[in-house]
Amino acid sequence: MEEFSLYVLDITMNSVRAGADKIGITLEEKDGMLTFSVSDNGCGMSKEQVARLSDPFYTTRKTRGVGLGVPFLTMLSEQTGGSVKIESRSEAEYPDDHGTVISASFGIDHIDFIPLGDMIGTVITLIQGSPDIDFTYDHITPAGTVHLSCAEIRAVLGDDISLGSFEVLEWIRGYLEEGYAEIKH
Amino acid sequence: MKSLEELMAIKAKMKDKVAIRQASDEIRVVVGMATCGIAAGARPVLNAFVEGVADAGLTDKVTVTQTGCIGICQYEPVVEVFVQGNEKVTYVKMTAEKAKEVIEKHIKGGNVVAEYTIGNVNV
Repeated sequence: MEEFSLYVLDITMNSVRAGADKIGITLEEKDGMLTFSVSDNGCGMSKEQVARLSDPFYTTRKTRGVGLGVPFLTMLSEQTGGSVKIESRSEAEYPDDHGTVISASFGIDHIDFIPLGDMIGTVITLIQGSPDIDFTYDHITPAGTVHLSCAEIRAVLGDDISLGSFEVLEWIRGYLEEGYAEIKH
Repeated sequence: MKSLEELMAIKAKMKDKVAIRQASDEIRVVVGMATCGIAAGARPVLNAFVEGVADAGLTDKVTVTQTGCIGICQYEPVVEVFVQGNEKVTYVKMTAEKAKEVIEKHIKGGNVVAEYTIGNVNV
């Protein structure tokens, strides 16, 4: 994948498919490293499942026998001098406190790192696909932070209006564009 | 900063629409958004459908949704169009440009864009 934002979309989709209703996405740029993490309250994974995540021939999906999301992320991370960490608590073992946190670091200035790309497009795509999930998005840079919380937006809109409606998605796009314009200076 | 007042205005405007609107689901557009789809360029295709349907004023009639991997990764980005009473149409190797054409000809005009369908594209 040519844009980092597509890795963010792909990895976050794992949390969506794990049935999470709260998903936090954080990007933090500091001292030449970018740390990306996604935490969710989805069904989680057993220790055995976590151990097999870096194996591209492991997947629980039935339509295709390979799972490349985490291997892609790990490859980019390790190529640029970073590492990937996954912690998970399965619903079976921790019925009241389950979920997964994946975090990966990257050398921003490493020659093998790729452009961040359209992060706003990724956030919009996630909300469009799962308007009922409470996503939070924080992109922390030395120049400032871009923050979005679906729960805050939902509190204004009430329950009758979907975050996936076009008008709301356009507002979110404008909000994020302004946020990014502010930290550009 | 974009204000929450603006969001309130959207809410007020949409309240009326919610009342009239029934989940009609006349036409469903489903875009594959698994690793295979995303890597092949599904995100701009999805956004083109979301924007195109809204621009055409068809949000009451057409729903755009996402799905996982359907098992034909070599054909991604894959888009399935379900029109009530008709057979499913599977578009493959989609782009944002092709999406605009499908909205114009198929969704608005009722004519399948045969050249982009799975039977007519080689991989």
